[in-house]
Amino acid sequence: MSEKVLMKGNEAIAEAAIRAGCNHYFGYPITPQTEVAAYMAKRMPKIGGTFLQAESEVSAINMVIGVASTGKRVMTSSSSPGVSLKAEGISYLAGCDLPAVVVNVQRGGPGLGGIQPSQSDYFQSTKGGGHGDYRNIVLAPASVQEMASLTFKAFDLADKYSMVSMILADGTMGQMMEPVSLDAGEVNTYEKPWALTGTNCERKHNIVNSLYLKPEALEQKNFERYERYKKIEENEVMYEEYLMDDAEICVVSFGITSRVAKNAINEARAKGVKVGMIRPITLWPFPKKPLAAAAEKCKAFISVEMSMGQMIEDIELAIRCKKPVLLCNRVGGMIPTPEEVLAKIQEANEGGAF
Amino acid sequence: MSVVFEKPKSLTNAVLHYCPGCTHGIIHRLVAEVIDELGIEGKTIGVAPVGCAVMAYDYFTCDFVQAAHGRAPAVATGVKRSDPSKIVFTYQGDGDLAAIGTAETVHSAARRENITVIFVNNAIYGMTGGQMAPTTLPGQVTQTSPYGRDVETVGYPVKVCELLSNVDGAAYVERVAVNSVKNIKNAKKAIKKAFQNQLDGKGFSLVEVVSTCPTNWGMTPEKALQWVEEKMIPYYPLGVYKDIYAEEEAK
Repeated sequence: MSEKVLMKGNEAIAEAAIRAGCNHYFGYPITPQTEVAAYMAKRMPKIGGTFLQAESEVSAINMVIGVASTGKRVMTSSSSPGVSLKAEGISYLAGCDLPAVVVNVQRGGPGLGGIQPSQSDYFQSTKGGGHGDYRNIVLAPASVQEMASLTFKAFDLADKYSMVSMILADGTMGQMMEPVSLDAGEVNTYEKPWALTGTNCERKHNIVNSLYLKPEALEQKNFERYERYKKIEENEVMYEEYLMDDAEICVVSFGITSRVAKNAINEARAKGVKVGMIRPITLWPFPKKPLAAAAEKCKAFISVEMSMGQMIEDIELAIRCKKPVLLCNRVGGMIPTPEEVLAKIQEANEGGAF
Repeated sequence: MSVVFEKPKSLTNAVLHYCPGCTHGIIHRLVAEVIDELGIEGKTIGVAPVGCAVMAYDYFTCDFVQAAHGRAPAVATGVKRSDPSKIVFTYQGDGDLAAIGTAETVHSAARRENITVIFVNNAIYGMTGGQMAPTTLPGQVTQTSPYGRDVETVGYPVKVCELLSNVDGAAYVERVAVNSVKNIKNAKKAIKKAFQNQLDGKGFSLVEVVSTCPTNWGMTPEKALQWVEEKMIPYYPLGVYKDIYAEEEAK
């Protein structure tokens, strides 16, 4: 274990990206993720990399496409309204099968919303956001340590599967400081024979493209992409189980809310309520199997999330609606308190809601 | 027997999909000749637009990336920043460059991004079937200006070279045409300079090529060339709008 340093979540992402071999970053200021850009602005010139503040989020993601098409590691970051602007580019990255890392430090929405933390871009991140059939790998850190370690993971998965990895954090994760180890471990490299490196007049030209005017060809491309997605669903699911061995109630929560939920679970346990938690670390692929297994022994589920109920739909699908799923939520930048979560656990335990 | 004329090496054998009389073919050829003459085929990376030239990647032998509508200069920025030793060019139409991509155009120029932009202005959206473009002339009839472009309601055409001449970062901006042998020769000189500038690290160079769209203008190819001379060039005067190095030399 390497030495730990005290760092803000946003800065941990930036430093981890550089240590993962990302020498190109394009951004645009937006609260509460601006520290990523500020950190990159300081560090990139010192390592001979690129920091560029683009004229818009739209341009930033297209600069990402440019670097990605040359086969190099590249990242952009933003917060909710800015990620909406990047949606076009994310769809093109998917259509071109290009690897890139996109960070969303979420804030309340819709519209300009607010600047306080939120998880209401769950649908946008896990179900698309841009047009067309595609997926992003979505990683949800719940500590500053995970802001760093999931950034390493994001670059690896993006290259491994040639697609976008998104880090779905929130304002709290971005702003809070915790000790963090920035040891990237061994950084894998992947062959990218499709990369635009210049033909050197030695090979046929490479074309990075998402246009297929023949519907048969476009259908085939989509089929191939989804074969790849299937492998990801089989091999890359990440989640944490907390006190699930004897749990009768299963809390499902990610990011900052999972930490609030843990406090509530500890309190409920002290009162004798058998409650545990499954914390998805990958929101896509979603941990369907552990949830389905939990549905065999738990009497109820509680989705704790900072949205009007987005992840709850994936929980219901994962457990095939076999058991009731309660929603414990705050939105608009409000964070649920342990007391609110505890009250929901008690409600589920008493079965009053069903 | 000596060869006096042949297809540039930098063009593939693919059959161009452009309409009869369209000048994209000429402009493609000029770009390819310049790439050949500068000997940069192996290190050139092109960025294709959305619009008629979307499939430019099939026609040039160099590596290519296809960009979203208007975003080519941003994509080119990424490619160039990734490897400054590569020669990066975009090839864009008027809707792409002067409407949806105005911000990308202006800001890549402002950054003096060391890329080459070939801007084909035919005053209409060709690929989608002839709608009003940012460069459609006042009074010009298109599918979405069926009574002629009414400047009172839809405003005036965007003059890209004049606009960029006021952007400090732009290094070289010239407007040319391809409606006559003389103009085609000038166009090639300008395109070559725009690529040479990049090789010399001189920064953002844009060549606007006043072009035709016989199909959507509803004209014969010959009449279209004449229309360029009589209507387009008077509104879009040819010439060098900015050349910071010539300006410096003159001092």
